[in-house]
Amino acid sequence: MKNLSKLQQILDNGQFAVTAEIGPPKHSSAEGIRHHAEMMRDYVDATNITDNQTAIVRLSSIAAGVHVLANGIEPIVQMTCRDRNRIAMQSDLMGAYSLGMRNVLCLSGDHQKFGNHPTAKNVYDIDSMQLIYYLRRMRDEKLFFSGEEIKEHEPQFFIGAVANPFADPFEFRVDRLEKKVEAGAQFIQTQCIFDMERFERFMEMVRERGIDERVHILAGVTPMKSWRAAKYIQNNVSGMIVPDELVERLKNAEDPKREGVDICIEQIKYIKEKVKGVHGVHVMAIAWEEVVPEIVEKSGLYPRPKVG
Amino acid sequence: MIVAQQKPIEDIAQMINDCKKVLFVGCAGCVTVCLAGGDKETQVLASAMRIKRNLENNPLEAITFTCTRQCDPEYIEPLDNLVKDVDAIVSLACGVGVQYLAERFKDKWVVPALDTKFIGGSTVHGSWEEKCGLCGDCILHRTGGICPIIRCSKSILNGPCGGSQYGKCEVSKDVDCAWQLIYDRMKALGKLDKLMEFQPPKDWSKSRDGGPRKAIREDVMID
Repeated sequence: MKNLSKLQQILDNGQFAVTAEIGPPKHSSAEGIRHHAEMMRDYVDATNITDNQTAIVRLSSIAAGVHVLANGIEPIVQMTCRDRNRIAMQSDLMGAYSLGMRNVLCLSGDHQKFGNHPTAKNVYDIDSMQLIYYLRRMRDEKLFFSGEEIKEHEPQFFIGAVANPFADPFEFRVDRLEKKVEAGAQFIQTQCIFDMERFERFMEMVRERGIDERVHILAGVTPMKSWRAAKYIQNNVSGMIVPDELVERLKNAEDPKREGVDICIEQIKYIKEKVKGVHGVHVMAIAWEEVVPEIVEKSGLYPRPKVG
Repeated sequence: MIVAQQKPIEDIAQMINDCKKVLFVGCAGCVTVCLAGGDKETQVLASAMRIKRNLENNPLEAITFTCTRQCDPEYIEPLDNLVKDVDAIVSLACGVGVQYLAERFKDKWVVPALDTKFIGGSTVHGSWEEKCGLCGDCILHRTGGICPIIRCSKSILNGPCGGSQYGKCEVSKDVDCAWQLIYDRMKALGKLDKLMEFQPPKDWSKSRDGGPRKAIREDVMID
């Protein structure tokens, strides 16, 4: 099974996985990506490479993945449905596979209204569920999305998807997660968890239906630098819930950055020890990649397991 | 119906700035219902243009006519006599009407006075909302009578996306999340299990992506 990604091996071995995120820059130099990869190399099992996050044009996810890979980390290529039709998606993903990428994360993508090209025409030819389904079929049945046979060298991706326990309608979130698993998702990364109570309720429903036994769920955590950042997310980002206590805690802290990191470490420890059915964490240190090693280490997740 | 809105007066004026005599053509179809291009709006626009041009010392002879529909050849025939000596025709119809006029009056400068917006209906007087995406392959039976193609900002068929909160879409607090509406309605109908079915990708070849579409009814064709 030489095609298995490191992330998949760790998860399949039942080890608690750690993924992080590298946001490609708004320019064409890979220097920053290489630096972040080098820094995170020993601390994470794989790193997401965001795909024009929040609809802002950035260096391509796949190209950034090449730089990350060259620096010793396994990339998780993100593929949004916003920017490409099914023809471009397949072409890019086969290209990514040929370059050594083994993990892909399927997303709808933020609406272009929020990015730096709000007047752009979006695509949404297929949705994330369909992308998951057809990628699985591509791998397992050697078929293009159209049903045409792939004669040889079909891409064999470890397929990921996202789940947001904090969006509405809440009850349908677990349904949608299950639907993604049925479609072929093998690992799930959740939206940033700030409201632990709601996440626990979500996981309770997940466990009731045995979904955690059919898919690897990685809980998303985000260290926050300031109470203003927390307040901003609370008020302005759709599908996110930030409890007031968290904002207050950051507000009252002497060193808010320190506090943000401490909160994140506490969250990881709590999730790992108390929330059953979670198979790893996904650290989204948005524009704060430097802090990832410290978080991983202080959460007791270092050193990372060796595989292969 | 097709919902349209009049372009800013300045924009329309700019299109006919160098014309001395202009025919303003209204349409008694959809654009009358949405108060954008009916007989009344045609008269008002022509009058506004006359006044504006007088103020600019560049008088305009503006004549008007309102067709029953601009999207049917028989209803634009009566314009044959009116267009002879005009320098331009301003159409107050949807984009179809403008094209019908341009096609029939090949030597005339035909310009649009409206922006054709969408297919929808009125909610309260003076307010219209988009309801149909003209995809050519209706799936409303699968989504509780609410169209995710056009009412979901991402056209998700297996929705809702992660941006749905408090019943609203991530693009605006003024936009209902189509999937919240679908979920609520399917729940009320006791059909939530239907939403667990995988919906395959849309066949966009039946939409505009397949090239301009035609609808043929041989049974009603005369020739």
